[in-house]
Amino acid sequence: MKYIDEFRDGEVAKTLALKIARLAQPERSYSFMEFCGGHTHAISRYGLSDLLPPNVRMVHGPGCPVCVLPIGRIDMAIDLALKQGVILCTYGDTLRVPASEGLSLMKAKARGGDIRMVYSTLDALQIARDNPEREVVFFAIGFETTTPPTALAILQAHQEQLSNFSVLCCHVLTPAAISQILESPEVRQWGTVPIDGFIGPAHVSTVIGSRPYEFFAEEYRKPVVIAGFEPLDVMQAILMLVKQVNEGRAEVENEFARAVSRDGNQKAQDRVAEVFELRREFEWRGLAVVPYSALMIREKYGSFDAERRFKMDYQSVPDNKACECGAILRGVKRPQDCKIFGTVCTPENPVGSCMVSSEGACAAHYSYGRYKDMTP
Amino acid sequence: MSEVKRGYVRPLDLKHGRVDMTHGSGGRAMVQLISELFTRHLGNAYLGQGNDGAVLPAAVLNGKPARLVMSTDCHVVSPLFFPGGDIGCLSVHGTLNDVAVMGATPLYLAAGFILEEGFALAELACIVESMARAAHAAGVPVVTGDTKVVERGKGDGIFITTTGVGVLPDGLELGGARVRPGDVVLVSGSMGDHGVAIMSQRENLSFEASIESDTAALHGLIAQLLATGADIRCLRDPTRGGLASTLNEIAGQSGVGMMLHEKAIPIKPVVAAACEFLGLDPLYVANEGKLIVICAAADAPRLLATLRAHPLGVDAAVIGEVMADEHHFVQLTTAFGGRRIVDWLAGDQLPRIC
Amino acid sequence: MCLALPVKVIEVGCGPAGDWAIVDLGGVKKEISLALLDDVQVGDYVILHVGYALSKLDPQEAERTLALFSEMAESVAAAS
Repeated sequence: MKYIDEFRDGEVAKTLALKIARLAQPERSYSFMEFCGGHTHAISRYGLSDLLPPNVRMVHGPGCPVCVLPIGRIDMAIDLALKQGVILCTYGDTLRVPASEGLSLMKAKARGGDIRMVYSTLDALQIARDNPEREVVFFAIGFETTTPPTALAILQAHQEQLSNFSVLCCHVLTPAAISQILESPEVRQWGTVPIDGFIGPAHVSTVIGSRPYEFFAEEYRKPVVIAGFEPLDVMQAILMLVKQVNEGRAEVENEFARAVSRDGNQKAQDRVAEVFELRREFEWRGLAVVPYSALMIREKYGSFDAERRFKMDYQSVPDNKACECGAILRGVKRPQDCKIFGTVCTPENPVGSCMVSSEGACAAHYSYGRYKDMTP
Repeated sequence: MSEVKRGYVRPLDLKHGRVDMTHGSGGRAMVQLISELFTRHLGNAYLGQGNDGAVLPAAVLNGKPARLVMSTDCHVVSPLFFPGGDIGCLSVHGTLNDVAVMGATPLYLAAGFILEEGFALAELACIVESMARAAHAAGVPVVTGDTKVVERGKGDGIFITTTGVGVLPDGLELGGARVRPGDVVLVSGSMGDHGVAIMSQRENLSFEASIESDTAALHGLIAQLLATGADIRCLRDPTRGGLASTLNEIAGQSGVGMMLHEKAIPIKPVVAAACEFLGLDPLYVANEGKLIVICAAADAPRLLATLRAHPLGVDAAVIGEVMADEHHFVQLTTAFGGRRIVDWLAGDQLPRIC
Repeated sequence: MCLALPVKVIEVGCGPAGDWAIVDLGGVKKEISLALLDDVQVGDYVILHVGYALSKLDPQEAERTLALFSEMAESVAAAS
C-alpha cells in the first residue's frame, strides 16, 4: 500500500530511535502530549514507547472523539431510538460507549431500538430516502475531520428537502481542547502534568491546516509538530520536538506535509461554516464544560437539528465514581493507575469511554501493552 | 497502581441483560455466555472439554475399539450468498471441520433448517444444492434433518444447524488442553479471507475486492497430517474471532502463552488493504477453510511440508511458538520490531471511523 | 482519531452529481465522494475519511519525508 507501508519500516524506526536517544540530553526530561487517539493507537500498536529513552515520555491526550463524548450525549441518542422511535444512524465506534442505566447503543438496540451502523453520512441520507415514513437521525460525532461530511449531508438534505432527516450534532473542536489542557491547573500551576510540546493532529489538520496551532506555540511557548498516524511519522515528530526543546524554540512544524498545508482545506471549512456555528459551551468527558469548544447547527438549517426538532435538552450525567477516564484524558493519570482498569472495566464491559474505542488510552494499553504491568 | 486481577470477570447480568450482537461474535462475551449459561446448565464431561466436538465412548472402527465424535454448528450469515460460497456449503464445511479437527473421520451429518416465511424457494434450492455438492464432495451424507418455518420478520431468511458424527480411533488424542511450552504453531494458509469476502458484500460497506471466501472441508488435509504419525497436540479451525481469539482459547485451555511473529503470518495483500479501510485487524477476521496446527517442535518441518503439498495448504507457515506464561498471553513480535499482546476479540468486529 | 487513508483515484466523474470517484487501496476498490475537494485527477492520491476525500496527497512532500529518513540512516551509520 503506497504511502502506508513506507512509513511502517521497523529498521528506519530503529535509526530514528537512535537519533532521538543521542539528541535527548540526559540531564533533562521530555514530556510530550500526543493529542490524538490515532497517535496513541500507533504508539501502543507498534510499541513505540519501548523505543524511546527513559527521559522521553509520552502523555496521552483527549483527542479521541468517542472517549470525550459525555454520558449525557449518548443518553440523548438512546432516548431518540427508544422513546422517539427514530432510526438512529451512527458510526460503529459509538455503539459500545457506556451510557446511563447500564445501557449503550448496542444494548439499546437489543431492547428494540432501531439503531443502524453506517460507514458514511451518505448511507444515513440513503436510509432517510428509503424510509420516508420514519424519522431518521444521524448521531454526528468527531473532530474537525469528521465534521465536513456531516455539513455536506445537511446541505444535501436541505437541497432534496428531505424532511425526515436530522442530525444530533456532537462535533467538537481540537484547538479548544488543547487550550483547556494548557489552562488546566495540573499544567499551569501545579506542574503535575509537565508538557514540553505537542504532537499535533494528522487528519484534523488536513481540514483546518497548521495555522490554528501557531497561537499555542506563541502564547504558551510550546512546540507543536503535526504528524501523520504511521509509526515513523510519530517517531520523526518526537525527534523534531526534542530538537525544538533543546534549541529553546516553540514553533509549529509540519511533519505531515504530504497531506497538511498551512491553510487546510478551504472548501471543507466553507461548508462547515455554512452549516454550523460555535456552541457557547459543551461538556467533554474528562475536560468538563469547555466554552466554545463544539459546533451546533445554524438557525437556517434548524429543521435538520435533532435537538430542536425533538425539543431535547442536554442533561449532564456524572461519570462512574471509580472511573478515572477524566484524569486519564487530561494526562494526569495513566490507565494502569485506575483501580478498576482490567478488573471491573475491560473492553467487553467498559465502564469508562477510554476502554471503548481502540484508540482510547485504556483500551490501547489493555489490548496491546498490559503484559508490561505483570510481574514476570 | 492497580494490579490486573487475574481471573476476575464481571458476571453476566442474568436479571436485566439482553442478548446483543457481541454474544455471537466469537470473542470473550460469547465465551462468557457459553460458560455461565450453557455449560453451567447443560454441562457434562463431554461438553466440559470445551473443544469443537465431543469424544464419545463405545464405537468400533475396522473391528478395533474407537470412539464417536459429535459436533454441531449453527449457521447464520449475511449475505447468504457471497464470493466463494453460500450458507449451504458453509454449513457442511463448518461442521465437518469441527469433527475433523478432533482427529476423527466424519461419517454422517444432520441438518436443521429454520426458514422465514416469505423466503424465496429459488434461493432455498440454490442453498440446498450447494449443501448437497459439498456433502457429496466430502463423502459425508446428510442422514437426518428437520425443518421449521417462523413468521415473516422472525428470521433472517434461513438459519441452518448441522450436526456431524465421526469416528476416532482409540489412542489418538487431540485437544486444546494438550499444548505445551516449546510447541510450534502453524497455519494452513492466509488469514481473514472469509470475513473480508463477506464484508465486501454487506450493503452499507460494499467495496470491490477480488477475494473469495476460503470455505472448504479440511478432513482430507487433516487425514494426511495424521498419517504422518507426527506428534500433533491440537488442531483448530480459526472461524469467528479469527486466529487471535482461537489461539487465546487454546492458550487458556492449556495454561500456556504464545509468541507469534507478525511477518510470518500469511495475509493476502487485498485482505490487509480491506482491513485498513475498515479499521479492522486481520488476525480477528473469520476463516472457514483454514487450520491451526500445534505440534511438537521436532515435527513442525514435516507437517509444514505435508500442509504445503496439499491444495488447501499451499500457503502454510510456521507462525510462532508456545511458551510458559502464567498469564496465558498470546503475544506478537511486530513487523515493526516491537512486541504487543494479541488479545481476545473485544465486543464485535465493527468497522470504525476513529 | 479519525481513521483516514491515502488511496489512489482511478476514476472520476461518477455518481448522480458527478462528484464521486472510484479509488483503489491495495486492490480494494471503493466509491467515494469528492465533494470536499476540487481538481482531483485520475492518478492522484487523496486522504479518505468516512467516504470523503479530505485532502490531496503531495507525492513530492512524501518523497521529501522519506528522503529525510534515509539521510538520517546514513548520518547515524556514519556517526557510529
